Amino acid sequence: MLAFVVRRLIVSVPVLILSSILVFALVAFSGDPLGDLKAKNPPPSPAVIHAREHLLNLDKPIVTRYGIWLGNLVRGDMGRTIAGTDVRSDLARRLLVTARMVILAMIFAIILAVIVGVISAVRQYTALDYTFTFAGFLFLSMPVFWLGALLKEILAIKFNDAVGRTVVYTVGDSTPGLTGGFFGNLGNYAAHLVLPTITLAAISFASWSRFQRSSMLDVLNSDYVRLARAKGLSKSRVMVRHALRTALIPLVTVVAIDFGAILGGAVITERVFAWHGMGELLITGITSKDTNVVLAWLMVSAVAVIGFNLIADVLYAYLDPRIRHG
Amino acid sequence: MASGPTTGTSTTGGPDLVETPGGAQPGPKPAGVVEREFTVAVRSQRQMILRRFLNHRLAVASLIIFIALLMGSLIGGRLWHYGFADRTGDYSQPPSLKHPMGTDDIGHDVMALVFRGAQKSVQIALLVALLSTTIGTLVGAVAGFYRGRADALLMRFVDLVLTVPSLAILAVLASVVGSKAGGWFFVAIVLAGITWAPISRVVRGVFLSLREKEYVEAARALGANDRRIIFRHLLPNALGAIIVNATIVVAVAILTETALSYLGVGVQRPDTSLGLLISDGQGAAQTRPWLFYFPGLVIILIALTVNFIGDGLRDAFDPTQTRVRA
Repeated sequence: MLAFVVRRLIVSVPVLILSSILVFALVAFSGDPLGDLKAKNPPPSPAVIHAREHLLNLDKPIVTRYGIWLGNLVRGDMGRTIAGTDVRSDLARRLLVTARMVILAMIFAIILAVIVGVISAVRQYTALDYTFTFAGFLFLSMPVFWLGALLKEILAIKFNDAVGRTVVYTVGDSTPGLTGGFFGNLGNYAAHLVLPTITLAAISFASWSRFQRSSMLDVLNSDYVRLARAKGLSKSRVMVRHALRTALIPLVTVVAIDFGAILGGAVITERVFAWHGMGELLITGITSKDTNVVLAWLMVSAVAVIGFNLIADVLYAYLDPRIRHG
Repeated sequence: MASGPTTGTSTTGGPDLVETPGGAQPGPKPAGVVEREFTVAVRSQRQMILRRFLNHRLAVASLIIFIALLMGSLIGGRLWHYGFADRTGDYSQPPSLKHPMGTDDIGHDVMALVFRGAQKSVQIALLVALLSTTIGTLVGAVAGFYRGRADALLMRFVDLVLTVPSLAILAVLASVVGSKAGGWFFVAIVLAGITWAPISRVVRGVFLSLREKEYVEAARALGANDRRIIFRHLLPNALGAIIVNATIVVAVAILTETALSYLGVGVQRPDTSLGLLISDGQGAAQTRPWLFYFPGLVIILIALTVNFIGDGLRDAFDPTQTRVRA
């Protein structure tokens, strides 16, 4: 198992480097990052522009710039933004904000998907199954930002009006100017988290519950479940002990595969709810042609995706004894 | 918009393929007695698939609605008496007989905007489905059929495409291309550049298992070359998986395009798209809800019908997956 993990990690290094080269070239060729500065009125003196170009290494050829970036990255330095601030400290702060939402949404989506999928499978072809199926397809066909805006502009505002005070917040990741420690503000964080978490979870929940349903159906129709019933075990015992445990395993892979899509969904969700997370960083980085910012987002996300898939594979082998990585 | 009708026929080609008897396949025309026997067998299987699809009432209803939406979006904008850029002089009007979807605050007729947006979305989705299915099938077929070095190389490349959250790559690409060229065509090319990767994995998987079948061995014994085996023997049998994935791509492409436009890197103003319309209408969801609901409902309707059609096709091609009793 250890050999498998090490081999996978070694294989993923070239993938990371290649994708960083690709994105570096794309962003670097997309335009002049100092365009805004040069277009200022009155125009800044050439000396100012030269100094900024020198600070950002824009005066060097692109291959050298990539080399400098890679060298710095190995030492844990992600470079500077166009404005001159340190990318890493900014990213670290935003990472926590985004991770809060992504992790909660995933847990929420998994639990809900398992419950709905299993009920659908056990009650196959009943009104309940059809309702869940239709709801699943509906969520699958809904743009994330439309659902988010619907929750935010219609439901949450009506709900807050009905209660008479702001219970769920619709804008931001926390109230600005909070004092007190992390735990003192948990309530405030939670009130801001409700809507984005539901929004982000809804999309993954839809496909996962469909998957869980078919995986549960496969197991319920297998010979060993029939044998367990024939031996006289009660239906509920067979469901939980024999069927459900096996039917949960394939979901691990699906969740891992969808992780990248969830990070993409988080970018949109943050935009809808005006969160200052990693997604906002990416979008401002792209629009201002800030190579270092986009690359930093990319590296963190790609490492997260690779790591998450690796964990899923290891977990899969542990849960399903038929699979052993040599 | 010369390309409108062309892309239109190409996607109705998806479901059409099911109905068309053998001759429409790519590859050399059948000649000789043995070949005719083969086509007859394929034809009867097609009829079975068609019958199973027609029995899926939800899918058939979705197909009818989808074709209506397709027609409406591709030609509706030309028949409607307001253009999407026209100022009607009615500001922020609620839906009425004159403006069935109301007007926005600078006097645009929302119905005309939605027609235009749906046209862009549908054009993009159809082109993406065509391109990514073709590329994905070719790559998957080569990788699965030849295995070995070609397979390893191609699949590492697919890994590369899939490692990075696709929304980020799309946003970077779209901003690069969009700032230079703009227009729905480039958004479609960019989307197709990502969405072919999952299709190639599916096709590769099917080819890996199909190439070991006896009929492939028999064909080779009869002197068939690689191209003939791939196009005449393997591809028709992989068609189910390919068509089902093509429908998924249509839904994914529509949702992703709206997301990109919402983030400001998709279709650029002064043109419009459903994502841009929602982005504009979001703030007005309370006061002028028609600006927010109508574009969203059109997206959901398109994606939902496509998903149901895909579900019906999946059942039609693979009856073993359904009708299992718990």
